[in-house]
Amino acid sequence: MSDYITTIGIECHVQLKTKTKLFAAVDNDARGAEPNTLISHICLGLPGALPVLNDKAVELASRAAFALNTKPQPFSKFDRKHYFYPDLPMGYQITQFEEPVVLGGHVDIVVNGEQKRIGITRAHLEADAGKSTHPAGTDYSLVDLNRAGTPLLEIVSEPDMHSSAEARAFAHELYLLMKYAGVGDADLYHGNMRFDVNVSVSKDPNVLGTRSETKNLNSFKSVEKAVEYEVKRQIEVLEEGGEVVQETRGWDDTKLATFSQRTKEDAHDYRYFPDPDLPPIELDQAFIDSVEKSMNMLPAEYRTQFAGLGIDPKVVEDIVNVPETAQLVARILETSGGEHAKRIAFWTVQKTDDNSDDAQAAEPDVKVDDKNLVKLSELVSANKLSSTAAKEVLKEMQKTNGDPEAIATAKNLIQESNEDELAKIVAEILAANEKAAEDVKNGEMKAIGFLVGQVMKASQGKANPGIVQQIIKKQLNI
Amino acid sequence: MDTWAPIADIAAAVNDGKTTASENVEKALQNIEDKAEFKAIISLTADRARKRAKQIDEHVKSGKPAGRLAGVPFIAKDNFLTFGGETTAASNILKGFNAPYQSTAVENLEAEGAICVAKANLDAFAHGSSTENSDFFTTLNPHDKTRVPGGSSGGSAAAVVLGMAPFALGSDTGGSIRLPASFTGCVGYKPTYGLVSRSGVVAMASSLDCIGPFARTVSDAAIVLDVMSGKDPLDSTTIERSKNSYTDLELDVEGKTIGIIKEYMGEGLEPEVRKLIDAGVEKLKNAGAVIKEVSLPSLPLALAVYYIICPAEVSSNLSRYDGQRFGYSDLDAKTLEESYEMSREKGFGREAKRRIMIGTYVLSSGYYDAYYKKAQTVRTKLINEFSAAFKEVDFLLGPTAPSTAFKIGENVDDPLKMYLIDIMTVAANLVGVPSISVPCGMVEGLPVGLQLMAAQTCDRELLSLAKAFEELNV
Repeated sequence: MSDYITTIGIECHVQLKTKTKLFAAVDNDARGAEPNTLISHICLGLPGALPVLNDKAVELASRAAFALNTKPQPFSKFDRKHYFYPDLPMGYQITQFEEPVVLGGHVDIVVNGEQKRIGITRAHLEADAGKSTHPAGTDYSLVDLNRAGTPLLEIVSEPDMHSSAEARAFAHELYLLMKYAGVGDADLYHGNMRFDVNVSVSKDPNVLGTRSETKNLNSFKSVEKAVEYEVKRQIEVLEEGGEVVQETRGWDDTKLATFSQRTKEDAHDYRYFPDPDLPPIELDQAFIDSVEKSMNMLPAEYRTQFAGLGIDPKVVEDIVNVPETAQLVARILETSGGEHAKRIAFWTVQKTDDNSDDAQAAEPDVKVDDKNLVKLSELVSANKLSSTAAKEVLKEMQKTNGDPEAIATAKNLIQESNEDELAKIVAEILAANEKAAEDVKNGEMKAIGFLVGQVMKASQGKANPGIVQQIIKKQLNI
Repeated sequence: MDTWAPIADIAAAVNDGKTTASENVEKALQNIEDKAEFKAIISLTADRARKRAKQIDEHVKSGKPAGRLAGVPFIAKDNFLTFGGETTAASNILKGFNAPYQSTAVENLEAEGAICVAKANLDAFAHGSSTENSDFFTTLNPHDKTRVPGGSSGGSAAAVVLGMAPFALGSDTGGSIRLPASFTGCVGYKPTYGLVSRSGVVAMASSLDCIGPFARTVSDAAIVLDVMSGKDPLDSTTIERSKNSYTDLELDVEGKTIGIIKEYMGEGLEPEVRKLIDAGVEKLKNAGAVIKEVSLPSLPLALAVYYIICPAEVSSNLSRYDGQRFGYSDLDAKTLEESYEMSREKGFGREAKRRIMIGTYVLSSGYYDAYYKKAQTVRTKLINEFSAAFKEVDFLLGPTAPSTAFKIGENVDDPLKMYLIDIMTVAANLVGVPSISVPCGMVEGLPVGLQLMAAQTCDRELLSLAKAFEELNV
């Protein structure tokens, strides 16, 4: 079985973060809205209704171009793709077929410590269809057109991936790129990002096998599992002497299996032609430059920066997985230096340590000021707070965004690091525990723990245990 | 029958309180009733018209002017979405459709006080040259009831000639304003593509559709254009209008160069029509215009190009009439597939189906390059030839149609013959230039139209020449 070469290409639909729809001045955020409340004559495809392009969508597509390591095309245009379905009001979808807004580009991924470059064929703007539901046991279907006209960017990769792990890594990196570039919310749970995977297997490295396309995967895990399933299924078909059929397949998330939806024979003739209602998109150099200038830092740059701080690569990934965290750490690095950045990075990652990659990015309820975070870190640097106490203070800060020193004081967590003060206490404890002091002197280092404990007790827990130990040793001349 | 004063005078009289909008509306409704036998009208918007007239009259009474078209009644082709009644596009599939919004053109007219009183007949979805493709009935030519009024805006043209209202609205995709203007003897104006918004007009072929007025005089057409035109946020193909008013016309033709289109003056042109056009040219020449002959070698291909591009866009634009959200839906259908098939089978007439079939064919994979793409290439060639011609001459001139109005039924069984009637009008749509048909005389009791064209956005210049011709031709 292992002599088969797997080839994978991915198409990804990203929902663009615009206020209004792609071609209508209607609210684009359908979450929680009653069905068919976010519609106009344009979304309904009424007679005489004409599409008018939302410039914001073009700007976001241009941002995506830079995120994909290329530039938007100065000239692109819209085409009509025809098919009949009740959730497609005009009987055609407006998309970019011949001349898309993005051509070329690439995404770099890392799998098993090795970096790999995945080519991008193209990315184009298109309007989403509405949503059809078919209530079980009824003889009708329901159509909700709230989503009809939502702007999508369809990103098409080259068939450059050869394993399920690469497919997953690509999907994940694309997700991060779109989030960082501010193109979309990339909220997988709400279907903001959907993946279609094209998989084929072949023994001959020069000839691609017949591919299947598994559509509408909405998690990285399902991308990975669907590829695995398809590779296994196709190899089995071939090993049994059969032929892989070119077809569209669906994904069953509970059975973790793909299933046949329609074969090539049922393929539509979409009769693409340029949409005469929409002038071409022409982007001048000044616009393209202004978008490039406004681009945020992307994951790769953060990774390089954080790796330079000596942060463990696994932790770096955890930081980068949440753009807000990466941006926070980078800010701290710039304003307050590596020590604080590194410490705050760890705190933040631990806070979101349930961050499995399909989970929603955990957003803190109260945004803690950068300044307060740095203050907290400074308390640790100054030995005024133990790292355990710091976490306790941080928890409180996340509720109130209060001043860390005030919180620590209120919680009685400030460590006594004044050596003169501590020396007095140590002297008293040593005097009161001669036996233990003698043991330590004789090399029974276990006893030092007891002495430290006594000092801590005497200082009501405020003593810095590290410093206490040093003073004990000093006073006992060891 | 009581006829109408010039539009500017009607509005002035209303604003001055000499007449009322209500009187005008009643007069229009009465005229419509008196001429009902010509079947120009599909439906009335009488209730809303009366209500609006009352509002305008009260407005004037309170001492405020009610706009440049105050209390001027008009009739809209029934493919304009309007309030106050159904919008059917003369098709069974849209029968019963009450528009929830109005076309921008109508909105702009209403904003200046004009009042829509009725919806005019047309070839269903504007597919045709005679109104015989209306799913409801054929409009009769005001000059001869056995003849067609031309199409597709035949109802609007007949309505103006019959005096039902001072002006009417039409749409022109391949001649649908100019041809009926020629056949009925009124002024029909097709502006530069994009000068008037298409928003809220049932689309035929989006890259060709133009909105324009019918009127008895060029001045009346000009004031309507002036009110309707301009960039519309609801139609991204609209263009900025001229800063000068389209009513500000320059009547001196001295030194203006007019090119007679060679390809329109030869074979197929009825000799009597030709005589009238020649006479018209002579008058312009005598007034000081410089007359040249101009050849546009690709012009003979224009009709073929039109009948590829137009049906391609039609087949796409008619996809939305699927029986699922509005309009006719066959309730006997058992499945979704059947619902589509039966609703469209019964809802569309023969010509719509013919164009959907042709359009679907020329856009199909494997045929797209041979038909649609090639047609676009020739279209570009035509555009270039017109641009070159307008470097040589200020205007182009020819007949609007090769003949006068034909008999009802004469061409219905021969779609190709019917299509040939548009041979002199389609080019202006393919190229996007403004074009006007002005009455030029009568042949055996039937009107003949003279067609003038100008370069894109030269609408004011074109209206000027048309008005000058109108005055020379009295």
